Amino acid sequence: MSAKKLNSPLPALTRRSLLGAAAALSLPALAQFRVEISGVGATQLPIALPDFRDEARSGQPVAAIIRADLERSGQFRIIDAPAGLSENSNPAWSEWRGKQADALAAGSAAKLADGRVDIRYKLWDVVKGQDLGGEAHAVAPDDVRLAAHRIADTIYQKLTGERGVFATRMAYVTKAGGRYSLRIADADGEGGQVALGSPEPIISPAWSPDGKELAYVSFETRKAVVWVQDLSTGRRRSIADFRGSNSAPAWSPDGQTLALTLSREGGSQLFLMNRNGSGLRRLTQSSAIDTEPAFAPDGKTIYFVSDRGGSPQVYRMPVSGGTPERVTFSGNYNISPAISPDGRSMAYVTRNGGGVFRVCVMDLASGNVQQISDTSEDESPSFAPNGRLLVYATRAGGRDVLMTSTLDGRIKAKLISTLADVREPTWGPFGR
Amino acid sequence: MKTYKLALSALAAAALVGCSSTKLDEPAPVETRPVAPTTTASNANTAPTSESKVATVDLAAQAAAAVSDKRVVYFDFDSYVVKSDYQNIIEAHAKRMNVDTKVALRLEGHTDERGGSEYNLALGQKRSEAVAKALSLVGVAAARVEPVSFGKERPVAEGHDEAAWAKNRRVELKDK
Repeated sequence: MSAKKLNSPLPALTRRSLLGAAAALSLPALAQFRVEISGVGATQLPIALPDFRDEARSGQPVAAIIRADLERSGQFRIIDAPAGLSENSNPAWSEWRGKQADALAAGSAAKLADGRVDIRYKLWDVVKGQDLGGEAHAVAPDDVRLAAHRIADTIYQKLTGERGVFATRMAYVTKAGGRYSLRIADADGEGGQVALGSPEPIISPAWSPDGKELAYVSFETRKAVVWVQDLSTGRRRSIADFRGSNSAPAWSPDGQTLALTLSREGGSQLFLMNRNGSGLRRLTQSSAIDTEPAFAPDGKTIYFVSDRGGSPQVYRMPVSGGTPERVTFSGNYNISPAISPDGRSMAYVTRNGGGVFRVCVMDLASGNVQQISDTSEDESPSFAPNGRLLVYATRAGGRDVLMTSTLDGRIKAKLISTLADVREPTWGPFGR
Repeated sequence: MKTYKLALSALAAAALVGCSSTKLDEPAPVETRPVAPTTTASNANTAPTSESKVATVDLAAQAAAAVSDKRVVYFDFDSYVVKSDYQNIIEAHAKRMNVDTKVALRLEGHTDERGGSEYNLALGQKRSEAVAKALSLVGVAAARVEPVSFGKERPVAEGHDEAAWAKNRRVELKDK
C-alpha cells in the first residue's frame, strides 16, 4: 500500500468505474466500540475536518475515523464543519478563521476500476493560509480504515512534529459466552481479528518489538503455558510448558530474549530465555513472588513486581543479574509496571485503601507519582509507541472496557465494546 | 360371600394363635403369604443367590469415595495458609494415595477477582504449593502432585462481594 503525493488533478472517472462504484455502495461497517471522549487538554490545536466527499463509497466513515483519532490524542479539538469540501477546494480563510480553526483538512473517496478505493486529502494551515500538502492512498477495501489512520498520523505529525500512533495495532482479549478470543485490532480498538479462540482463559499478550509475533499465556491445557505465535501465519510454539505455572512473558527491546515467570523451581520466579526457547536461566533468587517483568528500553534493566518486602511493590535490577532496587514506596500494593519508550516514565497500578485499583504514572528521575484515573478497577497499563498515550483496562457500568489516556490523565477515551467484555490490552509497536 | 370369607379369616387367625396345626373338622385356614424365592426359580427377574458369595473390599474405591466430598480447600484474603480446618481433607487424600498408587493429583489454585491477573496467578500458585506441602508432610511424594494456578481467571462464584470472593479463594484437588 502506498501513498502518492498529490500533484495532479483527479483522473476523470470512467463510466465503468462509476457503475462499479454505484454497485459497491455500502454503509459504513458497524463499529464494535462505542467511544466516549472526556476531558480538556492543556494545549489543543483546533482543526476542522469535514466528511470526505463521497466517502460512503469507501465503505467506512473516513473523516469520522480521523477526527476520533485526533481527538483521542488529547492534542486536538475538533471544530464543527459541514461537508462540501474536498482536496480540490479553495478554502475561504476568513470563514475558517471565523470558526476558530487553526487547521483544515478535506478529502474525497473514489472506487477505482480494479476494485481498490482511492482516498485523497489535503491539509491547510488556516492561520497562515498555507497549503501543507496532501496524499492519495489507493487501497484494498479491507484497508480503508488503515488508510484513514495513516492520514491521521500524517496530519498529526505535520501539526505537532511528533510521530502519530493511529496506524498502530493493539492486542486484547475478549470474553463472551464462555469463550475467550485474543484479538489484534487497530489502535482505536476496531477491526479486531481473532488470533486465538479458546474455551479457556488467555492472559498477558506481549508484542515482539518487530510486531510480527505475540507471546501470551493460555490455559487451554488446564494450566498456564506461554506460547509465541506468528501473527501472519498463525503458527505457534509453546516456549514455556514447565511443571507448574508459566506466565508473564516480556520481550527484550532487541527481540532476542524473553523474560518469564516460572514456578518450575517452586514459587514464582523470574527467568530469562532466548527467543527460540534455549538458554533458560534464572534471574531472581527469592522465596517471595517475583513476577510481571518489563524491560527498560535500553535493554539493560528489568522492572518487576515482588512481594519480598511483605506486599507487592515494583523493583528493578540489571538484566545481567544483581541486587534488586525498590522503585515504588507509596501504598502497600503496586503492580503491573510499564516503562515509557523514552525510559523516563513508568505506568503501574496502585491499590488505594478501600480496594480501589488505579493507574499511576511515575516520573522515574524524581519519583513523583500522579494518579491519572478516576475509575476503581484498573489493570494492565500499556504505553503507545510514541510515549504520549496509555491504554488500560477498567470496569465501567458493569462491563470490562478499555481506556486510552494522555499521560497527565486529562483526556480519556473510553472504548466500550458492544459485543463483549474486553481485557488485557497491550499497545503494538510502530509499523505493521 | 364377602362376609363368609371374612369370617373364615377371622376364624383362621384365631385358630393360628398359639397353634401350629389345625383340627381336622375345621375348615383349612386361608392365609396369604408371599411366595419365597426358591433355588429352582426360573423367573428371569430374580438372580440366583450363591451360598458362597464373598464381598470384596475395594480399598481404592473406598478411599476415592472418602475424598469425593473433600475436593476443595478455602483460604483467607491475601493468605496462602492451609488452615487446620482442612487437615482432614489433606489426610483423606494422603490415605487414598497411599492405597491407590496410580493416583496423581493436579492442585489448581485460585484467587478472588481483586487485583492484577499475574500477581493473582502467583498467589494462586502459592496456595496450591501450600496444599502440596501439606500433602508431602503426611507422606505423599512430591512427584505425584503438580501445583498449578488459575489466578483469578476461573471463579466459581460470579458476584462482587465477600460471599463470592470467599468461594473463589480456593485450591481444587483434581485427579490428573
